[in-house]
Amino acid sequence: MRTSGVVVDWNGINSMGLEEKLPAGFALTTVENLAGYMRKNSLWPATFGLACCAIEMMAFGGGRYDAARFGMEVFRASPRQADLMIVAGRVSNKMAPVLRQIYDQMAAPKWVIAMGACASSGGMFNNYAIVQGVDHVVPVDIYLPGCPPRPEMLMDAILKLHEHIGSEKLGVNREQVIREVEAAALAAKPTHQLKGLLA
Amino acid sequence: MTQDIYAPSQETTEGRVYSVTGGDWDSLITEIGQTKEERVVVNMGPQHPSTHGVLRLVLELEGETITEVRAGIGYLHTGIEKNTEYRTWTQGVTFVTRMDYLAPIFNETAYCLSLEKLLGITNDIPERASVIRVLMMELNRISSHMVALGTGALELGALSPMIFAFREREKVLDLFEMISGLRMNMAYVRPGGVAQDLPAGAVKKIRETVTELRHNFKDNEKLLIGNTIWMKRTQGIGYLDLAGCTTLGITGPVLRSTGLPWDLRKTQPYCGYENYEFDVVTTDTCDVYGRFLIRMQELEQSLRIIEQACDKLDNLVGQPVMVADKKIAWPSQLSVGSDGIGNSLEHIREIMGTSMEALIHHFKLVTEGFHVPAGQAYASVESPRGETGVHLVSDGGTKPYRVHFREPSFNNLQSISAMCEGSMIADVVAAVASIDPVMGGVDR
Amino acid sequence: MSSKSGMFGAQGSGDTSGFGGLVRTAASTGSSERPYGGYFDDVADDLERAYPEFSDAIEQVVVDRGELTLHIKRDRLVEVAFKLRDTPSLRFEMCLGVSGVHYPERIGRELHIVYPLLSLTHNRRIRLEVSVPESDPHLPSLVEVWGGTNWHERETWDMFGIIFDGHPGLTRILMPDDWPGHPQRKDYPLGGIPIEYKGATVPAPSERRSYS
Repeated sequence: MRTSGVVVDWNGINSMGLEEKLPAGFALTTVENLAGYMRKNSLWPATFGLACCAIEMMAFGGGRYDAARFGMEVFRASPRQADLMIVAGRVSNKMAPVLRQIYDQMAAPKWVIAMGACASSGGMFNNYAIVQGVDHVVPVDIYLPGCPPRPEMLMDAILKLHEHIGSEKLGVNREQVIREVEAAALAAKPTHQLKGLLA
Repeated sequence: MTQDIYAPSQETTEGRVYSVTGGDWDSLITEIGQTKEERVVVNMGPQHPSTHGVLRLVLELEGETITEVRAGIGYLHTGIEKNTEYRTWTQGVTFVTRMDYLAPIFNETAYCLSLEKLLGITNDIPERASVIRVLMMELNRISSHMVALGTGALELGALSPMIFAFREREKVLDLFEMISGLRMNMAYVRPGGVAQDLPAGAVKKIRETVTELRHNFKDNEKLLIGNTIWMKRTQGIGYLDLAGCTTLGITGPVLRSTGLPWDLRKTQPYCGYENYEFDVVTTDTCDVYGRFLIRMQELEQSLRIIEQACDKLDNLVGQPVMVADKKIAWPSQLSVGSDGIGNSLEHIREIMGTSMEALIHHFKLVTEGFHVPAGQAYASVESPRGETGVHLVSDGGTKPYRVHFREPSFNNLQSISAMCEGSMIADVVAAVASIDPVMGGVDR
Repeated sequence: MSSKSGMFGAQGSGDTSGFGGLVRTAASTGSSERPYGGYFDDVADDLERAYPEFSDAIEQVVVDRGELTLHIKRDRLVEVAFKLRDTPSLRFEMCLGVSGVHYPERIGRELHIVYPLLSLTHNRRIRLEVSVPESDPHLPSLVEVWGGTNWHERETWDMFGIIFDGHPGLTRILMPDDWPGHPQRKDYPLGGIPIEYKGATVPAPSERRSYS
C-alpha cells in the first residue's frame, strides 16, 4: 500500500454507504477493489479546455490517441455528470472563480488533472493575469508538465490516475490513510529547506 | 442575506435569476411560464462546449428568438504583451506563438516580419528561409482549418467530420514535429529566418503527406457539401455583408464570404508569396455555408502552395536559413545528442576552438539579445482567421518597448451581435463556429 | 524617448570608467520632409485638399521604415477620420485596431494611441497617432467612424486608462470588471512571483538583472 500524495476529503462525504459500515478486513478490501475497478474504467472528463492544451486534449480524444479505449471519449459538458476535470490551459484571474464553481458542481468522487505547465504552476506566464497553478483554486491529483504535453503524456497521466483510483481506500481504511498523509505532510521538510543541485 | 451561488433560483435587482446545472428542465419551464416576463436572459457561460474556448455569451431571448447578444471575453487574458517587455526580442517569439494557439506559425511570422522591418533586414532574409516560412504557414493553415471544420461540425451535431479532420491534422502535426521538433507552439520562425533547416527526407515526406491529404479531404467534402441537413443549418445563417465587414474591421474567410477577394497574400505579398500560383477563394452568400466552403477550398489552395514550395526547396538546397548578419542571426545549431537536445558538436567546436567572434556573438545574442533601432513598425500576415497584425515599438534596446497584436479573432468576434440578433439560439452556435475565434488570440 | 542605464557598475562612487554612469537616451524620429515617397505624397495631398485645416490638425508627418504616420491633435481626430474614410481618393474603410503606448518620460504626452488604417480600394496603409497627457487622458471615440474600434477602445481603456469620450460602453474587457489599475502602463508591475525550488529562488522576470 502506498500513501500517495493527495487524498482529498470531499466535503461532507459522510455517506451511508456499505463501505462506511464494514470493518477493515477482507470484506472492505474486496469492496475497495471492486469500487476502484469500476470507477477507473469509465472516467468521464468534464470539458475544461482553456487554451493550447485543450487542443492536445482534443487530439487525445481523436482517432490516433484514442481516448475511447479508456471509455473517456465522452467529454461531458455538464459537470454533474463528470468525474474528472482536466484543467487544460492557462487559468486567468477572471476564470478562476468559474473554475472553482465548476469543480464544486461536480459530484464526488471527482479528480483533477492539472494539464500542462500553465495549469500546474503558471507556466511561462509569471504575471498579474494568470493564477500560478490551479492548486491555488482546486485540489489537484496529477500534475502533468509540458507546453503543451503530447497526447501520449496525457494518456500516461490518466493511466497513472487510473492506478491511483483503482487502489483508493474506502471507509475506515481511508480515514487511516488521511491521517497518515497528514502526519507525513506535517513532518515533511519545507521546499526552501531542501537542498537540491542549485544550493 | 448571503447569496448561495448554487441555488436554483434567486431574486436580484434585475429580476429572478435561474441557475441551470443539469437538473430537470420541466420544473424550470413551468416556473418561468408562471412569471409574466417575456424576456429571458441566458448566460452561455465561459465553460460551454460550443463556445470555441472560454467565450461568454449573454443572450436575451424572447421565446427562441434572440433579441440581443453580448460577448464577454477576457477569460483567457494572459498579459502576453506586457510579458514580452521583460524578455529579449527573440524570446518574444516563444510568448507570441501562444496567442493564437491554432496558428502559431502565423503569430511568429507576423512578429518576425515586423521586427525585421524595424531592423531593416527585410530584403536580407535568405530565400530558403522565406520558402520554409511559406511552407510552414500553409501547413499551419491546413491544420487550423481542420480544427475549425472539425469543431464547427461537432458543435452542429456532426461527429464524424471531427474524427476525419483530426486524423488529417495528425499527419500535418507529424510534419511539424519532424521539421521543428514540436507539434504546437513551435517557436520555429525566428527574427532573421527560421531556427534551423529542414532535416533530411523532410521534403519527400511532405510530398507524400500532400498526396494523402488531397485524397482524404474528400471524406469530409462528401459528408458535408450538399448535405441537406448541413445546408439547412448553415445557409442564410450568420449573415454579414460587405458594409458590415468593413466597418467592423473584419478580414479573412468572413470578408471573403461577401464576395470581396481580399487576401493579403495576393494584395500585399510578404515572404515571397508573389512567386506562388494560387487562387483566392470567395463565395458571395455572406453566410455560414459560404465560409465553410471557403475554408474547404482554401485547403486545396494551401496544398498547391506547399507543392510549389517543395519544388523551390529542391532548387535551394544548401542555402542558409538565417540572415547573414552575425549580430542578429540566432547562433546555435541544435541537434539531438545522448543527453537530449543541445548545440551540435560542430557548432561547439567552432565557437570554443576556432572563432572567438562566434563565441562572443553566441554569448551576447543568447544572454542579451540584439539591439533594435528605435521606432515603430506594423506588419501583417494573412492567418487562417484574417489579418494578424503586429505593432512593434522599440526604444533602441534589447527588449521590446511595446508589442501589440491586432488579432483577427478579436475583431471578428465583435460581429457576433450583428450576425445573431434576430436568429435562434442554435444559429448562434453556427455563427460562432463560422467566425472560428481562438480565444487565446482574442484575449492575449 | 526613453533613457536607460544599466544595472552593472558602481553608483555614487569615483567610477571614471563610464560603466556606472552610462546613460543612453534613445532619440525619437522627427518629422519627415517632402517628398515622402510612394503613395504617401498622394495621401498627404488628398487629405490636405479634403481637409483645409490640415496644418492645424496634423502635428507631425513621419515616414519611417516604409510607413506613414500622421500625428493628429486629439480634438481634430474625428473630423480627420471622417475625411480619411469618406474622401473617394483616400477611402480608408478599415481601421485595424487601436493600440496604446505609454511613454512615462514624455511629460505632457505620455499616452499615445495608434490607429492603423487600411484602404481596400486603393490597397494602402497609413497610421494615425494621437498623444494625450496622463493628467487628462481623454480623447474622442472613433466608434461613429469605424464600428470595429468599439472593443479596441475598451481594451485600451482597460490596459492604459485612456478614456474615449462618446464610447457607448467603456468598461473593462480583458481584466475582471472590478480590477484596479491599468496593467500595461509602465508603472504597473508585471506581478510575477519568485519561483522557489530546492535551495534556490529565481526572482520574477521583472526583478532579474539586466545589463542593457
